[in-house]
Amino acid sequence: MILSGKAWKYGDDVDTDVIIPARYLNSSDPAELARHCMEDIDASYAGKVSPGDFIVAGKNFGCGSSREHAPISIKASGASAVVARSFARIFYRNAFNMGLPIFEAPEAVDAIETGDRISVDMEKGILRNETKGKEFRFSPIPPFMQELVAAGGLLNYIKTRKKGS
Amino acid sequence: MGMTLTEKILAEHAGKEFVAPGELILAKVDLALGNDVTSPIAIQAFRSTGAKAVFDRERVVLVPDHFAPNKDIKSAEQVKMMREFSKEFGLAHWFEVGRMGIEHVLLPDEGLVVPGDLVIGADSHTCTYGALCAFSTGVGSTDLAAAMVSGEVWLKVPETLRIVLSGKPRKWVEGKDVILHLIGEIGVDGALYRSMEYAGDGLAHLPMAWRFTITNMAIEAGAKNGIFPFDGITKAYSDARPRSKYEVVTADRDARYAEELSVDMSALEPVVAFPHLPENTRPLSKVGNVPVDQVVVGSCTNGRIEDLRRAAEVIRGRKVHDGVRMLIFPATQEIYLQAMREGLMETFVTAGAAFSTPTCGPCLGGHMGILAKGERAIATTNRNFVGRMGHPESEVYLANPAVAAASAVLGRIGGPEELP
Repeated sequence: MILSGKAWKYGDDVDTDVIIPARYLNSSDPAELARHCMEDIDASYAGKVSPGDFIVAGKNFGCGSSREHAPISIKASGASAVVARSFARIFYRNAFNMGLPIFEAPEAVDAIETGDRISVDMEKGILRNETKGKEFRFSPIPPFMQELVAAGGLLNYIKTRKKGS
Repeated sequence: MGMTLTEKILAEHAGKEFVAPGELILAKVDLALGNDVTSPIAIQAFRSTGAKAVFDRERVVLVPDHFAPNKDIKSAEQVKMMREFSKEFGLAHWFEVGRMGIEHVLLPDEGLVVPGDLVIGADSHTCTYGALCAFSTGVGSTDLAAAMVSGEVWLKVPETLRIVLSGKPRKWVEGKDVILHLIGEIGVDGALYRSMEYAGDGLAHLPMAWRFTITNMAIEAGAKNGIFPFDGITKAYSDARPRSKYEVVTADRDARYAEELSVDMSALEPVVAFPHLPENTRPLSKVGNVPVDQVVVGSCTNGRIEDLRRAAEVIRGRKVHDGVRMLIFPATQEIYLQAMREGLMETFVTAGAAFSTPTCGPCLGGHMGILAKGERAIATTNRNFVGRMGHPESEVYLANPAVAAASAVLGRIGGPEELP
């Protein structure tokens, strides 16, 4: 699958509290969470993001809380994926469990600015910065993750296993 | 080839003789935990699977602690959903307000987690139970839902970072300072995807309360878990709980570690983390003049009776500064009672502090102590991210309970030794 859209670039250690502040966690409605996505780091994001766009960030994206509201709000905001130098581990799990694709592509991140048009070939592991005319390779999704994705997420994977046992 | 503490517990729960870093396993969980922020999503996901029962009604624990006692109608609806789920599926451990506490203090204190256990919780500070030589880690709501159905979790076996502790900490230096110092050294992603395993003769100087504080903040270094070896201190704590049967796990002598670090605890002074990351640490003597509007003592990191005693020791016979609000949050009802019996509550209230029922409230900017624009707090909590305790233009500094209490008297960040 090929994803394509504009980049919204942020720095290192973007934490779950700025992705979706705790004051909104008395709800788990995706549409409401999307309205406050990235609010404490960039109040303009939720109003300006277009469907298919990418969040691009430095190291340790999603550090902090285990709140699944973070990938839910990003997905519901319309973003197609997150590209970062590295991800915090609970966020990494949650993103896959929620069906939000995320990619670790350090070199590509360095060569992306907010507003650049980028496209990602998920299977081949290729990221193109169309605006700058540059192409980068990244490691495709690990096999176990592909199994999860193929099963339609973690819950479906568990259901299939239960039937088999 | 030998295994680390984490590898041994994971192998045991995956039904394997041996596991190695990088391996993906399906492991049985001894306990699966959710709170009022994460359970609603897990409950919806659980119901979507059509499951007729939880895998074991003794092993699924729901604790309403974040926005409870309910701060508004939405929070009340979330907790109601948990309450009804607990009743419908006959959960043995449902903790109602008045009988509850902050999850990561409550569970070990109630004896629901014991050495050798594998615990997952839909809360990032679930890593706390590593203090008991258990493997525990934070996951999301979907992972919790899957575990509630199947009793299993998929895990990638982490590499292990070995941390050798030596020396006796000086007065006013505690577990909080050890972990803040470490995070300051390695950074908030310094142990990313790794296990942090503690060792060394310094362990003899670390009481359980300090160990819980240290493993609680493993996630603040990006780690999957933090873990202490089992010793006499672990045994004394564990044997005093209701579930006294457990398995003692030890690391193999030839276990492989990805890296080793040493900390001489006798060389440490109290540590303060500046906004807006726990890695922005400075020794107390290098803090400078930082006035504060609010002081918070509590949370799953430092809301234990030992923490309250320490803060009370500093504040006894003194007054909270005119310009400061001091808030005390005992982590459980048991700690609340104990604070009452020991006269700590009276000490705090007499000094001009507020004493609350257990809740996570202010730690995550939920309720019960929100900061306004431009305000500054020093807290014994675990995170100081942008907007963590309220307004995105407020600031949180992290420190141990003694430093927090001294700062409440001084009206600025400072230590007990500066008090007249």
